[in-house]
Amino acid sequence: MVSALYGALESGLIYALMALGVYLTFRVLDFPDLTVDGSFVTGGAVSAIMIMNGSDPFLATLMGGVAGFLAGCITGLLHTKGNINPLLSGILMMTALYSINLRIMGQPNIPLLNQTTVFKEIGSWWEGLQIDEYLLKPFTALGLGEYAPKTFLVIISMIFIVFMLKKIMDWLLRTEAGIALRATGDNARMVKSLSANTGSYIVVGLGLSNGLVALSGALYAQYNGFSDVNLGIGMIIVGLASVIIGEGLFGKKSVVRATLAVILGAILYRIIIALALRVDFLDASDMKLITAVIVIGALVFPKWWKEFKEKRKRYTRRKTLNKQQQEGGEENASVKSD
Amino acid sequence: MLQLNQIEKVFYEGTPDEKRALRGIDLTLNEGDFVTVIGSNGAGKSTLLNIVAGVLFPDYGAVSIDDKEVTFLPEYKRSKWIGRVFQDPMAGTAPNMTIEENLALALGRTKKRSLFKGVTQNRRAEFKELLNSIDIGLEDRLNTKVGLLSGGERQALSLLMATFTKPRILLLDEHTAALDPARAELITRITKDIVAKHQLTTLMVTHQMDQAIQLGNRLFMMDGGQIIFEANDEQKEKLTVEQLINEFQKIRGKQFANDRSVLSV
Ligand SMILES: Nc1ncnc2c1ncn2[C@@H]1O[C@H](COP(=O)(O)OP(=O)(O)O)[C@@H](O)[C@H]1O
Ligand SMILES: [Mg+2]
Repeated sequence: MVSALYGALESGLIYALMALGVYLTFRVLDFPDLTVDGSFVTGGAVSAIMIMNGSDPFLATLMGGVAGFLAGCITGLLHTKGNINPLLSGILMMTALYSINLRIMGQPNIPLLNQTTVFKEIGSWWEGLQIDEYLLKPFTALGLGEYAPKTFLVIISMIFIVFMLKKIMDWLLRTEAGIALRATGDNARMVKSLSANTGSYIVVGLGLSNGLVALSGALYAQYNGFSDVNLGIGMIIVGLASVIIGEGLFGKKSVVRATLAVILGAILYRIIIALALRVDFLDASDMKLITAVIVIGALVFPKWWKEFKEKRKRYTRRKTLNKQQQEGGEENASVKSD
Repeated sequence: MLQLNQIEKVFYEGTPDEKRALRGIDLTLNEGDFVTVIGSNGAGKSTLLNIVAGVLFPDYGAVSIDDKEVTFLPEYKRSKWIGRVFQDPMAGTAPNMTIEENLALALGRTKKRSLFKGVTQNRRAEFKELLNSIDIGLEDRLNTKVGLLSGGERQALSLLMATFTKPRILLLDEHTAALDPARAELITRITKDIVAKHQLTTLMVTHQMDQAIQLGNRLFMMDGGQIIFEANDEQKEKLTVEQLINEFQKIRGKQFANDRSVLSV
């Protein structure tokens, strides 16, 4: 049970990068980009094939991100130059990427278990630092040794990577160009009237988004020990779930706050899934259904809740009004009878 | 400095719905001209402004700014020199961004947007001073999201954003029409101050004839895609609303009465 939660934290941190990418398109650019299902796998595919061929795993991961960036840019061009509607541009690119990913990998699945991955590379000097021993001390001291993870390697290194990228994103979105990018999603007509080419902001924004998604895919493949061409199916909904859960629970007042919320949302999503899979009658294959239900719930519930509160308020107001009228009526009656 | 040559614009050409929105418009604006434009609904006023701004391209004719031909230059390139305020107060600002971010965005009009911070301490002080100049209390709300402002406040902000980088041309399309009379009055006052302060060359569409007479140094009256009447500074001095209506009747030979309400005489 506990180890499942650590697993959820680890994969949640890896998924957080993908969720940040989804946040950038769906929320910042207001562009519902479905390229994600494809570009997540592209990141895994490029890094896996490079690692197989003996590349440095860090370089391989980075190139995976670059491949995602290019895919996102193409979706952006389909929309801005080809005048194809946003949803369709994403679906077209996602479909095309399925074949492209197969071409890149040359086979539907590449095992990475015996390869040098980013995590193994970090692991070799991680052991030298002996951080695990320090972090495990409080657990053993409290007699909770069995609740401790085997290693903090993935957790700590992913926290570092995720927060570094979050910082970069926060900074980027507050630069002059970043402000124009956000405004493009907020009021494109006005941005044009203020001398900015909304088309190029959309292309670059989609590129950055899918770069993050592919980076996430590259890390996920190495974490899992394989790259699979079907790994991306439904990934966009996972990203959306993270964004919606995060924003709902942790707020979205400013960019800094929203990006943090999205990261926490991704982790929480994985924890929810881990807990759901504990339930006897649910299988791993039900995960997509659970995810869809979470997203539907997160979309519908706040509205229902608001309506419910609104109704209750109206009801109590009506009650006090009735009471006042009754009292008023009695007073009037007594006045009349005088 | 702004020149329009025989501008024609037809919508849905060759269909039963064909609309000739502009017919052979010729006009020249000189440096510092403040032109008010009136005309009934569908006269082609907005289309004219959109052609100047590059939102629409003409079917025939040429547009030039500062002797440079810009007829088919896309809007986002042209807006380097053109400031615009729309009728809809929602149109000119980004609602989910703060006042200071909106102003920083407007600042980027004249220079390339960089990867440096958009809102610096220096700029914040500048913005504060700028907002102070219109004196409606926005200077203390730099971090407020613009979506929370009232229509009048948003329109005042749009006006600042369109003008504080001193565009070569300012285009105002009934920018007070969606506001209540008191707010409209305020925005008109601010417009007058800003145009005077920066000596902006301005093309302002209004539906109020009295305002069109009071403001600016030239007046155009449009109908059916043409400029049918023009008054210069001296003529405008003596012009009355009644005279304008008579003028319209004389030229068009049709009643203006239907338009009285529209033009809120
Ligand atoms: N985008 C458009 N598509 C089709 N017809 C248009 C469009 N814009 C304006 N028109 C038509 O052109 C004519 C002039 O419109 P417009 O310039 O908006 O008038 P005004 O601003 O003076 O009220 C009208 O007949 C209008 O229906
Ligand atoms: Mg109009």
